[in-house]
Amino acid sequence: MTIKKIFSQLDFFGQCRRYDIPISQCPQFLFLIMGLVIIFSSIITYALGTRYIRDPEIALLLVLSITAVLLILAYLISRSFERLAQANRLKSEFVSIVSHQLRSPLSNMRWALEVLMSGKMGKIEEKQLEYFSILRENSDRMRELVKDLLTVSRIETARLSFKKEMFSLEKLIKELICSFEPFSKASNTEISFQAEKDLPMVVSDREKIKLVIENLIDNAIRYTKGKGKIEIKLKKKDGRVYFEIKDNGVGIPKGDQKYVFQKFFRSKNASRYQTEGSGLGLYIVKSILEKAKGKIGFRSQEGKGSTFWFTLPIE
Amino acid sequence: MKRILFIEDESALQKTLGEVLRENGYEVINALNGELGMKLAKMKKPNLILLDLILPKLSGFEVLKQLKKDETTKDIPVIVLTNLEGVGDVEKAMELGATTYLVKANYSLKEVVDKVKTALEG
Repeated sequence: MTIKKIFSQLDFFGQCRRYDIPISQCPQFLFLIMGLVIIFSSIITYALGTRYIRDPEIALLLVLSITAVLLILAYLISRSFERLAQANRLKSEFVSIVSHQLRSPLSNMRWALEVLMSGKMGKIEEKQLEYFSILRENSDRMRELVKDLLTVSRIETARLSFKKEMFSLEKLIKELICSFEPFSKASNTEISFQAEKDLPMVVSDREKIKLVIENLIDNAIRYTKGKGKIEIKLKKKDGRVYFEIKDNGVGIPKGDQKYVFQKFFRSKNASRYQTEGSGLGLYIVKSILEKAKGKIGFRSQEGKGSTFWFTLPIE
Repeated sequence: MKRILFIEDESALQKTLGEVLRENGYEVINALNGELGMKLAKMKKPNLILLDLILPKLSGFEVLKQLKKDETTKDIPVIVLTNLEGVGDVEKAMELGATTYLVKANYSLKEVVDKVKTALEG
């Protein structure tokens, strides 16, 4: 058992995968590098020592003490790195457990509410219906938030599964525009869609890419002011499929632009115009696209609108 | 009358979904844990089983495994109705022989009833 444990400790790459951080930041890998540095510096100290110090015992003592100091330092540094990485992983697991636990009472509430609102338990007055609707809307909001939190925790613990299947992005966008119609109409926003002819299919995870486009359309509608106009374009560019969504909404202030893909970030004007929103959407979008080997970017001007784009590889 | 066995440890859900299913003309038998669910499945021969995965005494996965092993219960369609959605959970349940996998949080009562109808009446 102990030998097995030692061997599992030696599997640096396996241990690094658990943290889902780049290999250059992984504590186990850093420890390995530091070990090599120590060996080399010991050899150099030995070479220099034998050259300049006559007494071989003193030279040996010098080499040993320098090696020991370096080793202790390396251990302390990599240990603290490891603790940080571990704390980060625990935090993600905690979020995952909490959001799973929140789901059960939430679905109980939603289903009970559905029974009440159906009128089967007695007639509901207009005034009551208004309040029931508030309850339903807010439980929907909570459900979305829990769903986003779960997605984030999956991204962070490297447990986000990713399928590869062939599908038409054009078809998917058309479906999504249809499903957003009630929301866009209610927000007085018009969505137009333009796709280049004979676009190739893409090979990616359809459900995840759907989540990406859903988030982008949702944002575009949510942050329009007055009469909204959203233009979606799909074309081929540099051997990739290029998606673009342009809105005439509130835009992102210049100072906030570098933070938009950060977790929980909401720009100042966004929270002023729209109280809903967790600040997780664009973080999720970016993480999914990274996994899909895609790219994302945007241009935005406060008060004028934003254009978000992403590309996906064809094969 | 078609008979549904509902294995679920949350009594609130048994009440809401159970009641709506009864309204839709089904007979509903409740089981609050996996062990009882297994017993009732053999005794009552339901036409459909609604199964939660996180259950006391015998987990939903274990119930599913035993149902599919037993000659008398292996042909009963099983709809997994759970909030568990970890990596591999869906695949595992489908491999064990579940007909459908529904995440409670993603469905309304009406949608669940529709899925039950489809499973029973095709």
